[in-house]
Amino acid sequence: MTSEAITHGGAMNPEGDGWVTPDGRHIGPVVLEVKNITLRFGGVTAIKDISFDIREGEIRAIIGPNGAGKSSMLNVISGFYHPQEGEIWFRGQKRPPMKPFQVARQGIARTFQNIALFKGMSVLDNIMTGRITLMRSTMAEEALWWGRAEREELAHREAVEKIIDFLEIQHIRRTPVSRLPYGLQKRVELARALAAEPKLLLLDEPMAGMNVEEKEDMSRFILDVNDEFGTTIVLIEHDMGVVMDLSDRVVVMDYGKKIGDGPPDEVRNDPQVIAAYLGVSHE
Amino acid sequence: MFYREAGDFKTSYREDMQTFPIRLDRRAYWTIVALAFLVAPFVVNDYWTNAVLLPFLVWATAALGLNLLTGYCGQVSLGTGGFMAVGAFAAYKLMTAFPGMNIVFVVLLAGVVTAGVGLLFGLPSLRIKGFYLAVATLAAQFFFVWLFNKVPWFYNYSASGQITAPERTIFGILVTGPSAAPAAKYLFTLTILFGLAWLARNLTRGKTGRSWMAIRDMDIAAEIIGVDPLKAKLSAFAVSSFFVGVAGALFFTVYLGSAEVTEAFGIDKSFLVLFMIIIGGLGSILGSFLGAALLVLLPVFLKNVMVDILHWETYIAAHLELMIVGGLIIFFLIYEPHGLAQLWRLAKEKLRLWPFPY
Repeated sequence: MTSEAITHGGAMNPEGDGWVTPDGRHIGPVVLEVKNITLRFGGVTAIKDISFDIREGEIRAIIGPNGAGKSSMLNVISGFYHPQEGEIWFRGQKRPPMKPFQVARQGIARTFQNIALFKGMSVLDNIMTGRITLMRSTMAEEALWWGRAEREELAHREAVEKIIDFLEIQHIRRTPVSRLPYGLQKRVELARALAAEPKLLLLDEPMAGMNVEEKEDMSRFILDVNDEFGTTIVLIEHDMGVVMDLSDRVVVMDYGKKIGDGPPDEVRNDPQVIAAYLGVSHE
Repeated sequence: MFYREAGDFKTSYREDMQTFPIRLDRRAYWTIVALAFLVAPFVVNDYWTNAVLLPFLVWATAALGLNLLTGYCGQVSLGTGGFMAVGAFAAYKLMTAFPGMNIVFVVLLAGVVTAGVGLLFGLPSLRIKGFYLAVATLAAQFFFVWLFNKVPWFYNYSASGQITAPERTIFGILVTGPSAAPAAKYLFTLTILFGLAWLARNLTRGKTGRSWMAIRDMDIAAEIIGVDPLKAKLSAFAVSSFFVGVAGALFFTVYLGSAEVTEAFGIDKSFLVLFMIIIGGLGSILGSFLGAALLVLLPVFLKNVMVDILHWETYIAAHLELMIVGGLIIFFLIYEPHGLAQLWRLAKEKLRLWPFPY
């Protein structure tokens, strides 16, 4: 047993790298690893020397107080910010500096803290746009709607309908997203990210501003996605109850630094983490 | 009661994704196409063909082009007049340099030339947005008017600086030049527009159209889900310029016959096309047609009413016409920013339920 497997209280994976969670899910080898990332904006250091890894099939939470650098971390992973120092390793290879759309093509999808849907398009079109990295037809084929263009459109429509069924949004298929209530918009955004069939899914506060019922729905969808598609998920969330219930391992950030990393129970009892969240008494 | 989807079942995604999913819409569309091709050229008199139908077709082509760029991809352009001039002068040079070339190829090649030029002027869009981009495209407008005035090679060193379209035929029928029959010109222009509108529809319903709209609605999110902004913006500029170039070539060869760049392709033309798509509906193919129809028909209609019926002075009518069109634009911007196409959509939604309130 590796030391990590012991701390997780589960048996080792048959493949040798990773472990089996108490609820029977297989956590595989490392998919993405950030090494010594430092990100500065002018004089402000948003992220200081942070390293952690994300393993295949796990739900990895990043928590921390406001302004801790969680979203910046996600933006670094999705190629939107380029850190001054540090490396990102994806599927065993060091990733060169990339534009966000190139990162997307590698199989990393994400949702945003403030909903970033395409307001002028229907739910269906939004989700279809999510599959853009999987479409191969050329513009000439599309202009003539000939051969591959139509075949591809039909095949992807079918795949999108499966996602629509999965997330239970059949009734709003044709609705322009701007007309939808907040909770549904969040769900459509998840659908759009899922449509890319990502290997790694980054969720930036998927439950912000939701009521209890909506949070329960969203938690169920996140668990289902992880369970049924085996998608690795990185989750930023403020609701501690949700984080502790959903995640396999948690990274804790404060003022751009990593102050904790481990399974939820271990992190919860870490004095440094408690200090960051609740403060300490100076007697 | 009559306009409804009930009973119109779809059993495949192909049926569900067709352009007009409702049977009645489909029938209406083919009826209009049949009327335009088979009835209009033989019924409408020469004055109406020349003064209304031909300019409508030409401007609809230009509006369609600009709508792909501005309405679908969200990149404002004030260079439409300049790009139309590129199309017109490219057509002129092609016609005079290769007298044997078929006019269809001339028009399409003029579009291709304009697409290349548009691509070049689309490069700033990768760095700048909104107002700033509009100003950059304005530079294209002024540059081309200046260029086609200043360099005599473009107008083959003619003394007046004008370009005149030579006579060209299709299947032995004259379509350009002063002695071409209006019906022949009309059918030629209509055929090209019909083909282009079909291309535009195909592009906008597939991957390319969705990547354009994604860039328009939220460029950062578009990039994060895998849209290459460079490719999306430049392809929008190229395709749009192709349409506008074809419109310019048709405007010159078929409609005007001879043209002088400052007068025919001035900044007012850029604004005219922009007004067409704003009034017609941004991001709608139908809207491009409606907007062009309104802005071509309205002046003719107003002139007929004010001069011929009310017997007002021509200059008063001309001024009132400008005021009415201006007022209309402000009205649309305030009350229906999505234009005539949106009014049409709302009317259809109401019709589906009519005469019952729910």
